[in-house]
Amino acid sequence: MIDIGLGHYLTLGAIIFTIGIVGIFLNRKNIIVILMSIELILLAVNINLVSFSIFLNNLIGQVFTLFILTVAAAEAAIGLAIIIVYYRNSGTVAVEEINKLKG
Amino acid sequence: MIENLNFIYPEIFISLSIMFLLLLGVFKKNSSGLIYNLSIIFLIFTLALIFNYPPKSNLYLFNNTYVIDYFSIFMKILTLCSGIFVLVVSSKYLKIFKIFQIEYSILILCSILGMMVMISSYDLIVFYVGLELQSLSLYVLASFNRDQTKSSEAGLKYFVLSALSSGLLLYGCSLIYGFTGSTNFITISENIYSNQVGLTFGIVFILVGLAFKISAVPFHMWAPDVYEGSPTSVTLFFAVVPKVAALAIFIRFLYVPFVNMIDQWQIIIIFLSIASMIFGAVAAIGQKNLKRLVAYSSIGHMGFVLAGLSTGVNEGIQSSIIYISIYLVMNLGLFSCLFMMKRNDTYYESIEDLSGLSKNHPLISLSLLIILFSLAGIPPMAGFFAKFYIFKAVIKESMYFLAITGLLSTVISAFYYLRIIKIIYFDPEKEKYDTDYNIGLKISLSLSTLLILLYFVFPSMLVEIVSRINII
Repeated sequence: MIDIGLGHYLTLGAIIFTIGIVGIFLNRKNIIVILMSIELILLAVNINLVSFSIFLNNLIGQVFTLFILTVAAAEAAIGLAIIIVYYRNSGTVAVEEINKLKG
Repeated sequence: MIENLNFIYPEIFISLSIMFLLLLGVFKKNSSGLIYNLSIIFLIFTLALIFNYPPKSNLYLFNNTYVIDYFSIFMKILTLCSGIFVLVVSSKYLKIFKIFQIEYSILILCSILGMMVMISSYDLIVFYVGLELQSLSLYVLASFNRDQTKSSEAGLKYFVLSALSSGLLLYGCSLIYGFTGSTNFITISENIYSNQVGLTFGIVFILVGLAFKISAVPFHMWAPDVYEGSPTSVTLFFAVVPKVAALAIFIRFLYVPFVNMIDQWQIIIIFLSIASMIFGAVAAIGQKNLKRLVAYSSIGHMGFVLAGLSTGVNEGIQSSIIYISIYLVMNLGLFSCLFMMKRNDTYYESIEDLSGLSKNHPLISLSLLIILFSLAGIPPMAGFFAKFYIFKAVIKESMYFLAITGLLSTVISAFYYLRIIKIIYFDPEKEKYDTDYNIGLKISLSLSTLLILLYFVFPSMLVEIVSRINII
């Protein structure tokens, strides 16, 4: 049996965080995937905060997590609303075709 | 505990008025005009409330999570004043684009509330809540003209990149919390040691997130697209108000929790500053759209502000604050001119549309001339003094390279400002624009032009006020 310490949790958080970041930049197909990646980033932060909170014996981290969860929900709602508005106007949610503004 | 509430009356008042206006909008039909005017009045009341409760010393409220000091009060006044002027200027534009709805001014109030919380925050959690309240309202504002593809695309881009930057910032916050054991700014600064790699990572993540918010290079890519796509009134809001709040929290982060790590962050800020100054100057040259041009020029101006921050002394911070105050006056004037370029219910926003403006509209051209000279930093306009203070502070700390880069980028950026003036005064004239300006537009244009033009008469006034800000 290996002891699961703070380092393991932090590594898990870092891996999920990286997946989120890479998901935003490498994704070429669908804007919904970007929304999911943003959600992953916030969850990675939550893992970090909760594990720190446990290992520091300090509750503030978990309080912070609750705030992040709430804000993440609001952010997802607004994000989806904006995506729907965009879809109504242009008829697509493909990342490659979001290029009306450039120069 | 309860007596602490006296000092956050402005925030309480603004949040109660948001709820009141929402209810009013639901129960009263066709009340968008009423709500618009009421929200301007409420903002003025909030301003009065801030003046009404000046604290005698720095106050740390609610278990040191919220600070009321001279700096936060000054930044809040700046935010509120520019918010009021943005609302005053843009009513006609909103009516013509048929986006004069109750939600518009309420969203602006919400984001101003978020900024006020952010400016006063002294704790990572309070800071995060304020930041998100601000950015969630800004997402909606950017895509407010929802029948237009451009506006919704701007909202989409702003949403994705801003959410990403919030994520980076939060990751930084979690690392800082983990390695110092607290979310309070003072406790963080006591527990911060430069030999921990985790802390350096945390600082870098937080700085990247904040640089996104003030659109410093290399995290600027959202700014031109969002500025171009959003409705012009929202672009004006983006160009001035969130910058003030983001600068305030930038200063707070650098000089309260991270003040002992100055060796680590100074080089990052210098890099951001130099890159923004050069990029802002070079990339704006080829632009044809005025809103896009403003985006690039604001990136350049943010470079100067960061140069002041990188000095690590009070004088540098004060020069940055003076710079942002003058910058927002100049942008207010520039956008007032943009709002006047209207013909038959269409607004024109390309540089070519300014061609020969001086023949038909000598007054607007004169104020544009003054504003553009000021943006380019030509004496004796206010913009020159803003740059002068920055250079003075930077040279005093013997950071000559930064000063030289700043001077060079000023020269480069003078090219595109002067080009616009040449187009206004020497190119063939076009059709006349409408002249039915409303009173708010006239007031804000003349006020900002006069402020810029007459700043050199009493330069000590602003300096005097700002010199009372002592962060370190």
